[in-house]
Amino acid sequence: MTKTKTSALMGASVLGMLLTASAVQAQQSGNLSILTDNGPQSVAIMEAWAEAYKAKNPDVTIDIEVRPGGGDGDNIVKTRLATGAMADVFSYNSGSLFQAINPTQNLMPLTDEPFQDNVQESFKTVVSAGGEVYGAPFAPAMGGGILYNKPIYEELGLEIPTTWDEFMANNEAIKEAGHVAVIQTYGDTWTSQLFVLSDFFNVLAEEPDFAEKFTANEAKFATSPAAMRGFERLQAVAEAGYFNADAGAATYADGVRMVAMGEGAHYPMLTFAIGAIAETAPDYLDDVGFFAQPGDNAESNGLTTWLPDSVYIPQNAANPELAKDFVAFLASPEGCEVRNEAVGATGPYMVAGCELPADVPPAVSDMLPYFEEGGQNAPALEFLSPIKGPALEQILVEVGTGSRDAASAAALYDEDVRKQAQQLGIAAW
Amino acid sequence: MANVSGAQDRAGRARKRSAYPGWFYLPAAIIYAALFLAPTFASLYFSLTRWTLFDSVFIGFDNFAQFFREPFLVQGLLNTLTYALISSGLKVVLGMALAIMLTSQIVARGYLRSVIFFPVLVSTVGVGITFTVLMHPTQGMINETLAMLGIAGPGWLVDPKLALISVALVDVWKGVGLATVIYIAGVVAIPKDYYEAARIDGATKWQNFLYVTLPLMRPATATVITLSFIGGLRTFDLIWAMTKGGPGFASDTIASVIYKQYQAGFYGLSTAGNVVLFILIAVLVVPLTMLLNRKQGHE
Repeated sequence: MTKTKTSALMGASVLGMLLTASAVQAQQSGNLSILTDNGPQSVAIMEAWAEAYKAKNPDVTIDIEVRPGGGDGDNIVKTRLATGAMADVFSYNSGSLFQAINPTQNLMPLTDEPFQDNVQESFKTVVSAGGEVYGAPFAPAMGGGILYNKPIYEELGLEIPTTWDEFMANNEAIKEAGHVAVIQTYGDTWTSQLFVLSDFFNVLAEEPDFAEKFTANEAKFATSPAAMRGFERLQAVAEAGYFNADAGAATYADGVRMVAMGEGAHYPMLTFAIGAIAETAPDYLDDVGFFAQPGDNAESNGLTTWLPDSVYIPQNAANPELAKDFVAFLASPEGCEVRNEAVGATGPYMVAGCELPADVPPAVSDMLPYFEEGGQNAPALEFLSPIKGPALEQILVEVGTGSRDAASAAALYDEDVRKQAQQLGIAAW
Repeated sequence: MANVSGAQDRAGRARKRSAYPGWFYLPAAIIYAALFLAPTFASLYFSLTRWTLFDSVFIGFDNFAQFFREPFLVQGLLNTLTYALISSGLKVVLGMALAIMLTSQIVARGYLRSVIFFPVLVSTVGVGITFTVLMHPTQGMINETLAMLGIAGPGWLVDPKLALISVALVDVWKGVGLATVIYIAGVVAIPKDYYEAARIDGATKWQNFLYVTLPLMRPATATVITLSFIGGLRTFDLIWAMTKGGPGFASDTIASVIYKQYQAGFYGLSTAGNVVLFILIAVLVVPLTMLLNRKQGHE
């Protein structure tokens, strides 16, 4: 509370400077509550946005609440929506998890808001239900692939691999030189999924209709050779002994530090980790590069992409006009500027007119060609199908620790998927 | 005849003697019904539905069928039983040994008693996080100490074969103080006459323990077994703080399987799991308590 007051004062002091800029727009007033997850980046960017917004609208006060991430956070969001106690603006997943919060019943449609004209269509599709758009992008787009340590690559004279065999050859060379070839961090189980999830570009390259068949209960991981390969790749890397010795206990924060400081060469991860490197090891940001997970064929090398989380407004928001105005601010070029300054650039924006700064970290510039005109990319499965089994991360920890083989893991995951599909009440299951 | 009417008289007087009219119980009954009975019956109902928190669809016993088809339920059941047996067994043995030691004439008895009871007072999650750090495979203090002695320490919490046992041992460390206190009360309550009689008969220390202390501590043993066994069956906080059921599913117990269903948003399924856990504990513990108490009655 004290903090809010202080920042309100600060906002008032810069009012003079901004008076000319803000005089054009109608000024907002009132109190806005925001709920976001507790990732250091999410909190930092929300606070930066709140400051910038209050500087423009000195009569507004903003309270930011923080919730845990993962399944616990999902339950907090659902409970607060169900009891009508949700904050005016909240951030949450897009894609398959978005459908689980009953958007048509709980959220305020934002389809006709003027700012939506600038939002990319691909993003709108993953925050839409019943013909209405409910969200605005909370972050830039992401890629899932391999973060690598550039000094190790330079030391050993390695090339960026475009096929899986080249990748494994690099791993062998790195291991022989006495480095950890692949970092795994099973202390945070969600990180175990990357080898399988970021292989989805390669799955689609072979079976373009896998996602529709998967949703319709016609294609299974265990019976589709292309989909099975992600499981087999994880098993192959594990069996070759390329992992760090403390893989079972290391956490995501350890993995980020290890790849940045050269304690390991490869870390399969989403590119939002670039923001975490910028936050925790800024001096090593230029040592980290990125490439898409290689497949069988160098010709069809491409990136599996993730659309960002979204911000939503609940149907019963106390101050809907203020909430909409704030969301429009986030989804504007100005909002992107604030983001660039607060947490740096982590990927291409989903809003027209948003520019990346000229000096993006190498891992980001490595990722951009995949997104550009003619670049090869495909969305992750969770944006093409509403079904994602909840136990995938534990199953893959078992594969990574050698207590289960790829074939039985894929079969077990199919069971998990069946349960999820039935709980969602999807026809054909 | 006179006897019977006398008994009726006493019963009648007992009824009249109650100082409080029935409706004095009403506030307590309302609180009990609102906070305990209503949620219990609501959860019985919701266990029969597919429930998203926003709406629920009645689906009969499908949730129970699904729960029993859960691939890790069988392993979770075995893990739960293993955990309950290891932790309650060790608490009985160690608690008894410590109680006998702490009731004998040893130096710093009071200090040692409080040291052993101390872990009971610490928050379970705190204990779990502390031991997770201590048991880290490469940087943990336990394995670093072992390394100084030239022993390569195991991956306490990351080895699928060891994880469950490691957590159970931490549970024993945390809970043995309570067992010890119950046993100390039991030992102190044994009249000195028995030991004097045994000494006259020329009993050794071991015979003293085997034929006097052990049988007379049966009520304490029954209490410790019942409490720690129920605690072991419902165990969740320590498992969740230390391994989250992992690595993989190696230390999943029924309670953590249930919690994972809840996390995934399967609220009806998770409620059905709770009903199963409730029935399971009742089925295991009620006969156990009856068995322990019957033996005590025959002494």
